[in-house]
Amino acid sequence: MPKGQVILSNSAVETESLGRIYKIQGTTREKNVRKELMALQDVDLQVKQGELFGLLGPNGAGKTTLIKILTTLLAPTSGRARVSGFDVAREPGKIRPLINMVSGGESSGYGLLTVRENLWMFSQFYGLPSRQAYERIDALLKMVGLEDRIHTKSSDLSTGLRQKMNIVRGFMTDPQVLFLDEPTLGLDVGASRDVRRLIRNWLDQDKTRTLLLTTHYMAEADELCDRVAIINHGRVLACDAPSALKQSLQREALFEITVASLNGLNASVLERQPGVRKATRTDAKGVTALNFSLQEEAALAGVINRLTEANVRIMRLDKHEPTLEDVFVNLVGRSMDEIEKEETNDEPDEPAGRDVD
Amino acid sequence: MTNQMNPLAVMSTDKAAGWKLFWKTVLARAYPRVVGQQREKSWIFFDIFLPMLAVSAYVFVYRAIHAPEEYIGFVVVGGAMTAFWMNIMWSMSMQLYWEKEQGNLALYIMAPNSMMAILLGMALGGMLATFLRAIAIILLGSLLFHVQYAIGNFLQLVGVFFAAMTALYGLGMITASLFLLFSREADHLVQLAQEPVYLVSGFYFPIRSFNFWIAAAASLIPLTLGLDAMRQLVFPSGALLGFLNVNTELVILLILCVVFLFGAHSLLGYMERLAIREGRLTESRR
Repeated sequence: MPKGQVILSNSAVETESLGRIYKIQGTTREKNVRKELMALQDVDLQVKQGELFGLLGPNGAGKTTLIKILTTLLAPTSGRARVSGFDVAREPGKIRPLINMVSGGESSGYGLLTVRENLWMFSQFYGLPSRQAYERIDALLKMVGLEDRIHTKSSDLSTGLRQKMNIVRGFMTDPQVLFLDEPTLGLDVGASRDVRRLIRNWLDQDKTRTLLLTTHYMAEADELCDRVAIINHGRVLACDAPSALKQSLQREALFEITVASLNGLNASVLERQPGVRKATRTDAKGVTALNFSLQEEAALAGVINRLTEANVRIMRLDKHEPTLEDVFVNLVGRSMDEIEKEETNDEPDEPAGRDVD
Repeated sequence: MTNQMNPLAVMSTDKAAGWKLFWKTVLARAYPRVVGQQREKSWIFFDIFLPMLAVSAYVFVYRAIHAPEEYIGFVVVGGAMTAFWMNIMWSMSMQLYWEKEQGNLALYIMAPNSMMAILLGMALGGMLATFLRAIAIILLGSLLFHVQYAIGNFLQLVGVFFAAMTALYGLGMITASLFLLFSREADHLVQLAQEPVYLVSGFYFPIRSFNFWIAAAASLIPLTLGLDAMRQLVFPSGALLGFLNVNTELVILLILCVVFLFGAHSLLGYMERLAIREGRLTESRR
């Protein structure tokens, strides 16, 4: 560990009853109406040193707000948060040398500078000696497959390549705690895999490093994270290892029934069938997938009877092992896709009104 | 060696802190302006050719009315200094707003460096890049219009120039923080301020032409006194057309340096606290 970087606590990140309320001004029509939006509420989390911790939730769940508080960019309105043992509100100056953050889809840096120049510039803000910075930049760019773009102006990079450059910016300063906010957003499958490999390797090199990742990709959280907190509407609904979260559903029987059309039958009617705990519906590619969480397998007969009565043609029936998506549905009552569709026109993670105080 | 390095290994070298970090940050943030901006060759047209057209117009007017020959030199020097004012208004003042829009501002605040170092880096970079443009205008204008200079006290000239630049960029640092608050409205404010400042700063004529109080009020813009003092120092009859004597103007400029730099520091601290309290000054979605 570099000199002067002292971890005062076993936890890399700790929050106690953390809350954040945004005060927002309404639209032009309601200019004088001040509203409050609860972005985070009573969040208690403990991320251990060396852990890869995931925050999983739909857009607008409060993930970015939490990251902003932990990276000292935003003050909490209630509760406390500590990073590497230092209080985010009272000791931001002690936290900043120990952390870094990369957000998905960010367009930081300057288009007129090359990839290498942009990264060098950011390295200087953290006090890296130039020679060491260049060595790390070159080697990291090679790791993410960007070595042939080292002297390309960043304005000439595609979104995906630019995101790779941003990822390098985060790792370059060797932070004690790295925050990645939707790091694979906009990346293709191969690039996402490269980034996930880089993340794992970086953590494996030094067990004192900690990484906090936000994502709304369930598979990413499942594959990468040691522990996951599921967050929705600013509240942490569950926090455990992905395997433990999935195991909590093992006592339930999970089925997916693919049908051509529901013939006007409402999914909520199916949820009222005896023995059905949850029923969700996803429409894609001209078919409808119905996911059922049943108290016991025997309840499936009732569901199939109900579908048959409504002349619904069953195309496929699958029983499957629980996934994080099932855990999420079980906790929230709806799938993440459904929530995001419904809330597209609602308040974003951070509200679109003008700040007032 | 690069190919032997494990970039994921724990960093062995201590990172700079304190003043060393401050100056590393200043130089790094100046870099995009000093190096990056020169890569767009359009600056030669926009920053040299177009100002030269304005200079030429005034030169022809003065020649047509048989104004003293020193006035031609006044216009060339004024034209060169206009480049600094344009840089302050369109680049320095708007910069924090654009940094926010690009997502850089959050990264600057989150990094261990001081935000004052970031602003100073922007100012230094802008000043150096503009210096190149100003020199080009002086050289071109002097050659085209046969301007004669007679520098009596070179050291005093350098002193006046640096005092004027420090105060001017200090003012730019203040407006950068202020314009962050105004967001998109800042663009209109810049347009609103441009022409009146051209007029009262005496870019193309001595401010002694105004009455004392208008000239005194115009002196709050550091370029006004800086330009007046420089004209007095480089033209034989400059002193006769000057507003105040050079030493007085230098002292006022030094006071403006302190006031504007202190103001910039305080305002930036306030902006940073506001950004963290409300969270959305670092957010590009508004």
